[in-house]
Amino acid sequence: MRSVKKKGVFGDLRESFIHRLFQASGMLAILILAGILALLIYTSVPAFKEIGFKEFLTSTRWDPTSPEKPEYGFLSMLASTVMITMGAMLLAFPLGVAVASYLSDVASPRVREIVKPIVELLAAIPSVVVGFIGLTLVGPFLARIFNLSNGLNALNGSLLLAIMALPTIISISEDSLNAVPAAYSEASLALGANVWQTLIKIKIPAAASGIIASLMLGMGRAIGETMTVLMATGNARAFPHGFLQSVRTLTANIAIELGEVPFFSTHYYALFALGLVLFLITFFINLSADVILEKQKRKLQ
Amino acid sequence: MDKTDINTVYKPKIVVKDLNLYYGQKQVLKRINLAIPENQVTAIIGPSGCGKSTFIRALNRMNDLIPEARVEGKILIDDENIYDPDIDLVALRKKVGMVFQKPNPFPKSIFDNVAYGLTIGHHRPKAELDKVVEKSLRQAALWEEIKDRLEQNALKLSGGQQQRLCIARTLAVEPEIILFDEPCSAIDPIATSKVEELIRQLKKNYTVVIVTHNMQQAARVSDFTAFLWLGELIEFDRTDKIFTNPANKLTEDYITGRFG
Repeated sequence: MRSVKKKGVFGDLRESFIHRLFQASGMLAILILAGILALLIYTSVPAFKEIGFKEFLTSTRWDPTSPEKPEYGFLSMLASTVMITMGAMLLAFPLGVAVASYLSDVASPRVREIVKPIVELLAAIPSVVVGFIGLTLVGPFLARIFNLSNGLNALNGSLLLAIMALPTIISISEDSLNAVPAAYSEASLALGANVWQTLIKIKIPAAASGIIASLMLGMGRAIGETMTVLMATGNARAFPHGFLQSVRTLTANIAIELGEVPFFSTHYYALFALGLVLFLITFFINLSADVILEKQKRKLQ
Repeated sequence: MDKTDINTVYKPKIVVKDLNLYYGQKQVLKRINLAIPENQVTAIIGPSGCGKSTFIRALNRMNDLIPEARVEGKILIDDENIYDPDIDLVALRKKVGMVFQKPNPFPKSIFDNVAYGLTIGHHRPKAELDKVVEKSLRQAALWEEIKDRLEQNALKLSGGQQQRLCIARTLAVEPEIILFDEPCSAIDPIATSKVEELIRQLKKNYTVVIVTHNMQQAARVSDFTAFLWLGELIEFDRTDKIFTNPANKLTEDYITGRFG
């Protein structure tokens, strides 16, 4: 007869040690996030004190090194970031959803096996390489088409960011299309719908929240991207008036100026304030994408 | 087996000739020959894995969705071989409707579920849709229960109501044949008896084929019964004959519960 009672305390101890170890790893991620947020807020506060919220939030002029009157308005850069990101999404979202639909519903298994890893590899291209392509390939191409002196403008940035956001949009959209129960498509096909109608009328609506989440995650990626836009958009500080103008995004501005700024100056703190803005934007975009995905998961179960 | 007798009295709607069906290397249906009579309920019974569902899915070519499925032989519906290359799958599936094992309404309103088959590829006036939706829901004996909440999400209905909604959805496209793939296996006994009653009603206007693992159900609802075993058609006859005086020893063993 075998006893099933616990033997000694060592098993218990080991159990609880492992439990705590995993718990600590989980907590660590939260701590790091909280730490970054705290640091950003801490270093931004002096900027807001010295510049004032009003100027920071409403001025379109960012000129910290002006000898007469330095000015710290973030609007131009916010507008550039928003513009480039929207442009990128306008290009990448329809294309990404189309590719996802193709992969999930039309492509043969063999084609899917080849195309999917290639799409995912797209995400592995270093952003500096994408920027390089923008500088040497897309730029001159745009300059020729639109008859410009150079092609380093918002459109160039949007094109490149679209490419970079595509893998996210495709793979999350495809996942959520695949999560739509097969029973829905079967019912639709059995009622005489073809694959295309089933996709448009049943599968995409059922997967809508996941598809929207893919858009937001793609957007989060595009907003945070630095090196590519820095290399491809020309970085003029003016308020953007069109896609063929050179623009400077929040990320690019931080990257350009942080290396040369005197420590603990107003300018230094102002750059952290820009970082805080970026952090908040991407944080809320990613958070809402997560919430939407979670909702869809529950809905489809 | 008096197959010829059956077909002199009853006009066959579906004629299956030497049907072989393979999943990759595995043969799932073996030389099936069968004539399913018009305006009658034909039940397909047999133990799990005997090919019942595969067989019924061959009748509206739902097996086409499985890439490794391969079909040999013919299935004639009104003398047209549905596996001919010039068959329009959309037209076929409108003519041969299907109700599935688990109720699978779309995550849309009750109205949109029933109108779905009519609205794909066409635009129809709302008044016409209203009429068809009401008629189909009445036919499916669901109208009285839900007429005040047609805009409600169909997923909020009970399982039995969902299954009758799926039947209404199928009726709305005016099929000639309705296939039921174990329609009651996921719903409760009261809902089951409603669906069975409905199936008996439907044979006036439709040819019905029902797969069931429940022999009492086959006895209750069907006029003819086909017994499949390991992919082969063992016996096909009038349901009362199959259940009282089967010709084949295997059939007898199965219906008396000696295996399955």
